Amino acid sequence: MDINWFDADYLPWLILFFPLLSFGIIVLFTAHSRILSQVVAMTGVCVAWLLSMIEFIKVVWASDAELGKEVFGSTVDWMTLGVSTFKMGVLVDPLTAYMLLMVPLACLAIFVYSLGYMRGDPHNSRFFGYISLFAGAMLTLVLADNLLMLFIGWEVMGLCSYLLIGFWSHKKSAYQAGVKAFMTTRVGDVLMLAGVGYLFLETRTLSFRDILYDEAVLEKLVNTPSVLFGGSAAALIGVLLVMGTIGKSSQFPLHAWLPDAMEGPTPVSAMIHAATMVSAGVYMVVRMFPLLSAGADFHNGDFSTPMIIMGLVGGFTALFAAVLAVGQNDIKRILAYSTISQLGYMVAALGVGAWVAAAFHLVNHAFFKALLFMCSGVVIHSMEHGEQHAAEHGHDPAPHAEPDGLVMDYVAPPNDVLRMGGLFRKLPITAITMAIGGLSLAGFPLITAGFWSKDEIISEAWHGTTEGYPLALFVLLVLATAALLTAFYTARMWFLTFWGKPRTAAAEHAGEGSQVSWRNLWARLRRRPAKATDPGEQLTALQMEIPLLVLAFLAIFAGFIGVHTDFPLLGDLDNPLHEFLSGTLIEHPPVIDFDWLPVLVSVALALGGLAVGFVLYGIRPLAKAQVDPTERALGPGIWQALQNRFYIDMLIRRYVLRPAEHVARKIVIEDIDKDTIDGVLESVAEGFIWLGEAFKRFNTVVIDGVGDGIPRAIGDFGSWFRQVQTGRIQQYLLVVTLALLIIGALFLIQVG
Amino acid sequence: MFDFLPVDFLTALVLLPTVGAAVVFAMPTERKQLARWTALGISLVVLVMTIGLFYDVQANPPDPGQWAFEHRAQWFPLLNSSWHVGVDGLSAAMILLTGLLTPLAILVSFEIEDRVSQVMALFLLLETGMLGVFVALDMVVFFVFWEIGLVPMYFLIYLWGGDNRRYAANKFFLYTMAGSLGLLLATQLIGMTVESFDIPVMLQKWPTYNGTGGEILGMDTAYVKYYALLGFTIAFLIKIPAWPFHTWLPDAHTEAPTGGSMLLAGVLLKLGAYGFLRLAIPLFPREWVLERSLVSLQYNLVDILGLLAVLGIVLGALAAWGQDDFKRLVAYSSVNHMGFVVLGLAVAALMYGTLWARNQNDYSLLAGAAGIDLTDQEQSSRTAAQEKVSQLYPDVQIIDDRENAVVALNGAVFQMFNHGLTSAGMFLLAGALYHKAHTRDLRRFGGLWDIVPVFGALLLFTSMASLGLPGLNGFVGEFLVVSGSFKAYPVYVLLSLAGLLVTGIYILKGIQKLLHGPVNQEWVEYDRTKHRLEITRREVIAIAPLVVLMLITGLYPSWMLDVINSGVVRFLSGG
Repeated sequence: MDINWFDADYLPWLILFFPLLSFGIIVLFTAHSRILSQVVAMTGVCVAWLLSMIEFIKVVWASDAELGKEVFGSTVDWMTLGVSTFKMGVLVDPLTAYMLLMVPLACLAIFVYSLGYMRGDPHNSRFFGYISLFAGAMLTLVLADNLLMLFIGWEVMGLCSYLLIGFWSHKKSAYQAGVKAFMTTRVGDVLMLAGVGYLFLETRTLSFRDILYDEAVLEKLVNTPSVLFGGSAAALIGVLLVMGTIGKSSQFPLHAWLPDAMEGPTPVSAMIHAATMVSAGVYMVVRMFPLLSAGADFHNGDFSTPMIIMGLVGGFTALFAAVLAVGQNDIKRILAYSTISQLGYMVAALGVGAWVAAAFHLVNHAFFKALLFMCSGVVIHSMEHGEQHAAEHGHDPAPHAEPDGLVMDYVAPPNDVLRMGGLFRKLPITAITMAIGGLSLAGFPLITAGFWSKDEIISEAWHGTTEGYPLALFVLLVLATAALLTAFYTARMWFLTFWGKPRTAAAEHAGEGSQVSWRNLWARLRRRPAKATDPGEQLTALQMEIPLLVLAFLAIFAGFIGVHTDFPLLGDLDNPLHEFLSGTLIEHPPVIDFDWLPVLVSVALALGGLAVGFVLYGIRPLAKAQVDPTERALGPGIWQALQNRFYIDMLIRRYVLRPAEHVARKIVIEDIDKDTIDGVLESVAEGFIWLGEAFKRFNTVVIDGVGDGIPRAIGDFGSWFRQVQTGRIQQYLLVVTLALLIIGALFLIQVG
Repeated sequence: MFDFLPVDFLTALVLLPTVGAAVVFAMPTERKQLARWTALGISLVVLVMTIGLFYDVQANPPDPGQWAFEHRAQWFPLLNSSWHVGVDGLSAAMILLTGLLTPLAILVSFEIEDRVSQVMALFLLLETGMLGVFVALDMVVFFVFWEIGLVPMYFLIYLWGGDNRRYAANKFFLYTMAGSLGLLLATQLIGMTVESFDIPVMLQKWPTYNGTGGEILGMDTAYVKYYALLGFTIAFLIKIPAWPFHTWLPDAHTEAPTGGSMLLAGVLLKLGAYGFLRLAIPLFPREWVLERSLVSLQYNLVDILGLLAVLGIVLGALAAWGQDDFKRLVAYSSVNHMGFVVLGLAVAALMYGTLWARNQNDYSLLAGAAGIDLTDQEQSSRTAAQEKVSQLYPDVQIIDDRENAVVALNGAVFQMFNHGLTSAGMFLLAGALYHKAHTRDLRRFGGLWDIVPVFGALLLFTSMASLGLPGLNGFVGEFLVVSGSFKAYPVYVLLSLAGLLVTGIYILKGIQKLLHGPVNQEWVEYDRTKHRLEITRREVIAIAPLVVLMLITGLYPSWMLDVINSGVVRFLSGG
């Protein structure tokens, strides 16, 4: 077979192959060497990124004329069932191409950052192996041309998240968080598996093109009554698939795992929250949207069941998580809830049919959330140094000992924003890039990417509301409220971290020994003596900061490709994204009319939230030992409830997990297996023993009375038989083998 | 192919291990290495033969009614029984599995120092028993090998097992013997009635046999057939083991030596499922789908079988979760995983019965199988029944459902093969640790990750295959069963998915209790002073083929699935 691997049809195989190859090489060959493993991992992801760029350019180049009609891809026969053959393959259409812009680049940034962050970890090789697998799985998912291959990537990522969240597996809280992540997402996964299985049953294919681009297939699914719960097959399949996303993208009620996922190293959080895992969940529903919306004329207010579920769940989650984010003091936990909330935006957007906006926000969010997490990593890193320093010098020790296992309201000291303050001067680059990321998250008007995509979602919901659709009204209200809260908690986090004066000794000494600053680098370049002398630390600083700058750039500029054409001035950019992505669907999504009102509402909400934050935390920064004004305003009861995540985790543990384990241990093993089943068997056995005794008695009384001859014969036989039955394996074996050989010999004679 | 052999190929394949057993057994006790390597060598020759057989079947899958490597010779003319052997896609897959696992089990059993020549001979004898069942096309031959497989296993547990071996061995033996009793009686009954023990002949005559005047041996045919079916089914359900016939398994597995557990879980459990495919389903197409009623509840036996499958999946997983003994945990995972096989078998049985009813033009039976209610009048009038049924359940629909059943049964058989790989791997690892640490108590472990990195990586990998991680082998079978059964048994499928969730819990529990947590100083000390805990090179060599196959089969299932599919299509080709 003659394949040109650089042809756009085959190139995708290479893209996903290289990170997976890196994983294989690291596991099998280079695990003992940190440097080699790093080189292998970096090579893999760099090649994947380069090839993705080539692929992207080829696609854009080639698809000028018939965008989305012609797609790139190739398949191999994977299995034959009955007479039909299932094919695995890759597919690059506009949506995939857009993802290819984001995923490899975000992965690359995270890899580079990890070089610095994981420096000195004894399991460095293992770490790079895992994240290579993670990246490879995400690329598999994005490039898949069918739902089964997507599901393979989906589940392998689940494994990776488990391994990486629990990476420091000697810590109880870490492995518990890993298990929690794996199991919570698995609830969604098994339901999704049912959906995939059912879809396969109904269509005999899982290929995206064959299902989503074939109106006849979709129509058939809509007209087939479902085997369960009434409704159509399309609705049931859609709902089951959405369940998968609820687990993977951490939507209510399967959201509990994500805030604990920060037990992993910070680059992992960036990986999970941005480039991979949670994005995969949203990507899947974006990808499957034609099926999820099948049979519903949602432009005219007729929403399908999966869409209604997405609208309700996504909307509720967006607000719910934003509320929780307000009440957190752990910098990574604030970000985690913001991720849940932002994913809620995307899911809700799909619920009201804002397909392009959802994909747009997905990519923008990935950029600024990766940025925010990596910034928080730098902050935590330097705070750890500060804590260490403070502990060595005896002042201001960490408030409480680390708990054994996951505790909902425990905040690790280096992560605690209340223990920070005034870090701006220590970490200027981080502070500025984090401000950019935060503004993008808050949707600061005009100059941030987050603004454009969030605005588009809200505009679509507004549009639906003006048409009088209740679902759109609900989505609009919750998302608008959430937007206000988002801006507020972002401001709170940033000002508490960087503004004012250091509130603890740890913050005062933050970053000591690992001074991260460009001044030093500049000094080194000019061959002047730098402040920090360890060249390794300098390298670390570089490796951690370059990705921040790249992502900060994207957190601003990634948004301009999707500006509404009627927007004054910037509209002249022509909204290339909408045009480009639309090619993915048969029915191009209409561009809604431009309306000033939602834009102004968005602007007001973002600025309002930021302003409140600035007033509370910026003008008069929180001082040492002062109570957080938000806490004061909310009162201890609500604050406690927020810190404990509304006690949901506790309730699940108490009323679901513990009873289930009790059922497993007590009822299934003891009551059913031991007592009932084995109990019955033992009674039967005892019955036979009793019968045997009875026969024996019968033997002695009756037969002995009749005559001695027979019993003696039996007795003789018995004693002879006892000799045979010596329990000695040789004799048994000899007899069995001889018998077999005799049978065989007889047989051979007969045949011959 | 293989024409150079003095005897027929399958006969040679089955008898070679026995000859080997005799040779090994005759070796002097002190020549341990000689016995070990001879046994391994013979099993490797068998492996090569099974690979040859597999690829031959892959290249030329037999048509319906035909058998590959078929051979018939006179054997027991008095009984109307002959030495009739042959294979199709289904048995070829199982034969390859047997050929593959036996040398690995033997290699692992090199660790046994006590009565080496005997233990090696037993393994080879066991291989004969397993292969014999898979090639048998005569009921007597089938039964003989079915029993032969039992004996070496009993001794392996009884003589080389753990602390509680006697209880476990006796329980295993009695349980299986009790099942065999019914099997034997039912076999004799059918054999005498149709005057042949030849399986193809039986399959042809027995399903339509109506007795003399509606009676067999003076009893109503329907009753006789019902009890004959129970005789077969219970024997096979015990072997699988399906819930609630499974309680022998945790004891036997836990006490058996490592190599024994590998073969027990890897191959012996499949004999039961294979029995369903070869005998229990095709002999009783009508009985499986015949509508019965209990009080006012309408049901058929397939529904019950599916229910047992789901109970096995859910309760097996829960029981595995509740274990503190690693080997018991793995043992219960077999109940969980084999449940998916039984679910697929149930769907296949339903379809087999449906097709049979359709071919016999038995519309009231077809109505029962399809869940269509007929009025009394329609029951009595054939044309009325036909009209209603062909309207509500047209042939197009049957063809469509048949394809679903093909998917489900492909999944079930593939799951048999995959469970063979993963469970053997899991038992190998469990045994490897137990052999060195002398305890299986999960509460005593934890924090081993740094002490045994290679073992840890292998455990992680094999556990994930067992969990059904997509990309590894276990997933494909489960997916196909879930997909193929969704229409026939949607509620069962959803329940079994709940079981799949618990599968995740117990697998992670195993990994966590062994590997995670702070570095375990007790075992660090033990590792340094007494016995290295890390897996030995011999054990790594033994598990390596399994690991490679798990990966290859997950990424490219075609190599195996093509052969299975040929068998499945043949099986469901129209009753």
